[in-house]
Amino acid sequence: MKLGRIIGTVVCSHKEKSLEGVPLLLLQPMDELGSDTGEPLVACDTVSAGPGDRVLWEAGREAALTLLNWYNPADAAVMGIVDSIDVEKGE
Amino acid sequence: MILAKVLGTVTSTQKHGILVGKKILVLKPVNPSGSFSGKAFCALDCVQAGTGDTVLVIDEGNSARSILGDPEAPARTVVVGIVDSLDF
Repeated sequence: MKLGRIIGTVVCSHKEKSLEGVPLLLLQPMDELGSDTGEPLVACDTVSAGPGDRVLWEAGREAALTLLNWYNPADAAVMGIVDSIDVEKGE
Repeated sequence: MILAKVLGTVTSTQKHGILVGKKILVLKPVNPSGSFSGKAFCALDCVQAGTGDTVLVIDEGNSARSILGDPEAPARTVVVGIVDSLDF
């Protein structure tokens, strides 16, 4: 799992059948201190997250397994809304 | 498996069912001498690890699913051991 921040939503009315009804979010990966890391990507939403939320997300095959119908082509999915991150400062 | 150090925890109320009741740790990979070597990531805790511990982490879906005992669990990264010592 990785940390990220939702920076927007994506509307896509004509999409692959197995992704119908699945909300899509624009996600900016971030590190444990909240700084951006890498480029934004589009992820499927399973927890009703919205812009501004910090989230836990998963990439790869496991992203597809988060959806009810797991035979789908998702490669990134939001699987938790972060309430708080409690970390010691890294090196 | 990789070596990583536990930096802290993440709390989440609204989350996927597989995460309910599990502790989510924030980790950073370390090399054998103990210095950080990579980007921070999150993992499910299966061994009651805590902040500051050096741990063994599996980052592979089938292994994670077999540990959690659920063949459809969308989990990939799991902490499976707390390192006592390293000799190299």
